[in-house]
Formats: sequence, structure tokens, C-alpha cells
Amino acid sequence: MKISRIVFGFLIVVAFTIADASDYEGLNADEKGLAIAKEAKLRDEGFSDSEELLTMILKDRRGNERIRQMRVLTLERKDDGDWSLSIFDEPADVKGTAMLTYSHGLEPDDQWLYLPALKRVKRISSKNRSGLFMGSEFAFEDLSSFELEKFKYKFLRKEACDGEQCFVSEWIPAYEHSGYSKQIIWHDTNEYRIHRIDYYDRTNKLLKTLKLLQYKQFIGKYWRSMRMDMLNHKTGENTILTYSNYRFKIGLTDRDFDLNALKRAK
Amino acid sequence: MVFIRSLRVNVFVCLIVFSAANSFAEIELSGNIISEYRYFYNSPVRSDQENNNLSISAEPELYYRLPDSRDSFTFTPFFRLDENDSQRSHFDIRELYFHKVMPEWELKIGVNSVFWGVTETVHLVNIINQIDMVENPDGESLLGQPMVNLTIIENWGTLNLFILPGFRERTFPGRKGRPGTKILIDSDKAIYESGAKEKHIDFALRWSHSFDIWDIGLSHFSGTSREPRYDPLLFSVNSHGETELIPIYEIIDQTGMDIQGTLGAWLLKLEAITRSGQGDRFCAFATGFEYTFFDVVSSGIDVGIINEYLYNERKTEAMDNDLALGIRLSFNDIQSTELVAAVIQGMQNRSKYFYVEAARRIGNSFKLSVEMRGVSNVENDDPLSSIEADGFVQVELGYYF
Repeated sequence: MKISRIVFGFLIVVAFTIADASDYEGLNADEKGLAIAKEAKLRDEGFSDSEELLTMILKDRRGNERIRQMRVLTLERKDDGDWSLSIFDEPADVKGTAMLTYSHGLEPDDQWLYLPALKRVKRISSKNRSGLFMGSEFAFEDLSSFELEKFKYKFLRKEACDGEQCFVSEWIPAYEHSGYSKQIIWHDTNEYRIHRIDYYDRTNKLLKTLKLLQYKQFIGKYWRSMRMDMLNHKTGENTILTYSNYRFKIGLTDRDFDLNALKRAK
Repeated sequence: MVFIRSLRVNVFVCLIVFSAANSFAEIELSGNIISEYRYFYNSPVRSDQENNNLSISAEPELYYRLPDSRDSFTFTPFFRLDENDSQRSHFDIRELYFHKVMPEWELKIGVNSVFWGVTETVHLVNIINQIDMVENPDGESLLGQPMVNLTIIENWGTLNLFILPGFRERTFPGRKGRPGTKILIDSDKAIYESGAKEKHIDFALRWSHSFDIWDIGLSHFSGTSREPRYDPLLFSVNSHGETELIPIYEIIDQTGMDIQGTLGAWLLKLEAITRSGQGDRFCAFATGFEYTFFDVVSSGIDVGIINEYLYNERKTEAMDNDLALGIRLSFNDIQSTELVAAVIQGMQNRSKYFYVEAARRIGNSFKLSVEMRGVSNVENDDPLSSIEADGFVQVELGYYF
């Protein structure tokens, strides 16, 4: 009797959890959109710090390819946006150039650039969220740290994607100077991994599509896409990002993300 | 032909260094080899100076990070061979130092360079390194400085302490070198205030911190002035019967401040110094802004407007009461095309100094740079008249590895 009550209780909990995770019953579309984004954010919390090698392949319509390579260090911040340090390896003329970013939610990020040829640290404006990163199809805002308050959310529908079920939501930037009127995001219902993002320009026309492929799980928890394809529908040009050498919890501290660390990043 | 041979030697040396580096897998090699052509569009001051000049430089960097550590060694030699100016053909150790990194402090021991400052058109506060003036009159090429540099990192900011044993004399173009000055400089006869001459030990410190949108630095330097003073009565006469001024290196104390406020698209800048030891104490400052229009008419191009006011209490300075106006174009394209141009104009006369610098990557490993530098409407009594004849256009093709 006792046992069956426990089992019954357990089943109820499981039933609620499943309902909670995939249906968000009783929530309106805005609340549901926010709940999905929150869940995705929650599942990424606690990674503490990470390092990865990012290779960017820029392709124009004539098929010319250019390679950009950088190492990215990230430090998770509990009460604010994450800190990151990007160190360029290729092309060789910018080797050793490094960028330090203290990201914030709605406030502009704090950003410093180190130019090794002049040994000069320059504080730079981060107002240019819609600017393109290194001549790629990625804007700075596409690569910036995700914080909940940066968007207004709306759940649209549930549909099949990449062989899974996906939540499709609309994200409207709440921060200033975005290049987008909205983004449409596909999260799978199992792991809340993003599979696709459609970016709409300020005139509400489809501008770009990002596909996130080859997900791998790290230290039993964190999913990372190993390949992202960004296609610009207006120009037909695309940029491929491939990630490798991912490492988590390697013991990075604040000191790996100060101006001294920026100067010695190599 | 000598030129091509020396290029081969350089490439050969690089290959040896490269293969040595590869055999020691942890050592990273990077750097550049740059060929340079300069055209001087005015006739020269001295009849044996040329209007065309070829030159080549190499700056390989060897970097070794100790296993499982943040500590490292860096070695960066620099070589230049110049067609016409024997003074410009030179070798320097730009960097050769050990860098120790601890949670609350860092230590660098060896030869290194340091840059302080925020303004674009002058660098008043920057003082640790001597300028390698034969490289470029922009003063941004620096000679390696021997130093012990302790960095203390606290929540009240970063404190850098420097002991600087050994002084480097400023390099000056030879009599055939261009761009040069009307009156030559005889650096072999340099005079020092200190009896220890170039062995005098200098000291410096700098505190810097970031508060919200503000980045602030306060610094003090005590030692041999990197910038020499000249006395019209102190000169030598060379074998061509030309007078050459003798540089005088005095002991100075200079306190400096640099501030930048980063407010949206505005960068607000101030650099100020006060110096004693070269005659009367004087002050100088540079202040202004850079404002960027991002993605102008959806072209992807950023246009920055630079405006700086330059003041120097010493009236012998070229930039004593001048206004600088500049533009920076960042094309944000695959080739990272960039252009910076500026005109510095006296407030009380019509003398102008201008420069244009543009660069664009070619493929993955080459970069093409074009630069133009000169003066116009120079009045006879203006300090700029000493460089009036040597405006030039420069084209560089660099290979980066």
C-alpha cells in the first residue's frame, strides 16, 4: 500500500515533469516562449569556464574561401553576462590580436582590443552590434553571450526538425542597435538545443539562416554544436564555423580575463 | 641585386629558425617579412639623396609557453636593409624577455616595449621606449628597452613598476636617408646630463584602472629623456662641411595622465604631461574624440571622425597649438580593408602636416599597405619646415607567417 502510494506519487511527478517540459500547459504564447528560453539557459548553467578553437570559413558566391582561426576562452558569470577572450591565430597578419569582452544584458558590452604590432590596448565601442565580425556573415550580436533580458519571447508552434520535435519561438531583440526585427528559433524538445535561427532584417525580410549541426555533449551535460552554417539570403554568401578542442572547467579565473591577460594572450 | 641576395639570406635565416622551431614543437614562430618602396615627390635637400628608395625588413617572433603554466619566453629580433641609408639598415632586439604570471602579480624581465596612451595623432604619455625614428617618422616604431617590470593586480587597479637599466639613443636617418631633417643629427656625439651616460638607471610607474566607461592611467617617469633636446650652438661639422646638431639627453621627471571615456559611438580622449629637467617645466596635452558612424547607409563600412586638439607649452614643438582632423574607414570586408587619414593644422598659421595610411589583406598571408606623409603651406619659422622636402608615398607588401 505504502509502496504503491510512493509509485503513484512518483508517476504524478513524472507526468507533471513531462507535461511541464514539452507542453507548458496553461501558459500563453509569450510566457511559453520565455519558459523555453529559460529552460535552455538553465541547462547551460554551471559550465564555469571553457576553451575552444573556432575556425571560420568565409565563402563568397564565386567559391573563394578564406580561413579565420581563433581561440575563445569563456568565463561564466553568475550575476551578469559572461566574459570572453578571443585570440586570433589566422590570418597571420592579425595573429596575436585579442579581444576581451565583458558582456552585459541590455547595457552595451565592455570591450577592449589588443593590437600586438603597436602593443596597444584600445577600448572600443560595442555599440556596433549589427556590424559583421571579421568580414563574415556573423554579426557581433550573433556571437554575443545570451542573456534572458536581451529578447522578448513568443512561442509559435511545435514541429519536426532534424528528426526531432522542436519548439519554434520568435525572439524580438530588447537591446538597442540590433540589426534585426526578429529571430525565429528552433529548440528541440529533448535537450533544448538550438537547431536553426532565421534572422529578419529591420524591414522584416528574411536576411540570414543559421543551421547548428553536429551536436556533441561535454562532461555529461553541455551540448555544443560543432558546425554552424550561416547563409545570407540576400548575397548568397555563407560562413561556416567549425569548433574543435572544446574543454570545460579548466580552472580559468578573473585573472585570465583582465587587461593584463589581454596583453599576454598569444 | 644586393637587395635580392639579402632577401634570400633573410628567407634562408627564417627557414633555419623555422625548422629549428618545428623540431622543438612547443615553440611558436610567427612574424613578417615586408618589402617597402618609397617615392619622395619633392627634390631633396642634399644632392646625393634619391627620390626612390627600396627597403626590406623582417621581424620573426619566437614564443615559448612553459608546459602547464602561464609563464613564457618571447624573442623578437628585427632586421632592416635599406637601399640608400646605411643608418636605416639596422638590427634590433625588439623583445627578449621572460614573463612570469602569478594570481596577484606578473613579472617581465628582459627587453620589451610598452605603450601607454589613447590619442591618435600624438603619443605624449608613452615614454618607456626610445623611438626607432629611422623606421618611420610617425614615431610608432620602438626600440627594445631592457627592463624589469613588476605588475601588481589589485581590486584598486593595476600598478606597473619599472626599473630601466640602459638607455637607447634615438635613431636618426643618415645624410642620404629620407625622410630626414634639413639639419643632420650627429648621434655619435650625443651628450648626457648624467655622468653614467647611457648606463643611467631609470624608473617609472603607472597605475591604471577601468571604472565603468572610463579607462584611466596615471604615470611617472624619472630618468634619461627619450626625446633629446638640441642647442643651436652645439653642433659638429661632417666631412661634407655640413653642420650636424648634437642630441642632448637630460635627466627628466615626467608625470602623465591618460583617460578614455567610451560612450556608445563616442571615444572621449585626454592625454596630458608635465615634464621638468629640460629647461623650464612645461606641460602639454592632447584632447578630443573619435566618433564612429557604423554601417553607413547599410554599406557595412564604418566611418570614424577623429578630432584632437594638441597643445604644448614649448613653442619649439611642431604641434604646439594645433588642431587634428582625421577620418577612419573600416570596410569590414574579408580583406580587412582600412584607411586612416589626418591633417594637423596650426591654429595660428597655415602650416599643415598630413598622413594617409591604408591597408588591405591579399589572400591569407599577404598585406598591401599604402602610406603618404608630408607637410604643406609650411611657414619658414615653423618647426615643420625642417621636414618640408621629404614628403613621401610608401607602398609595402608584407608576407605574414
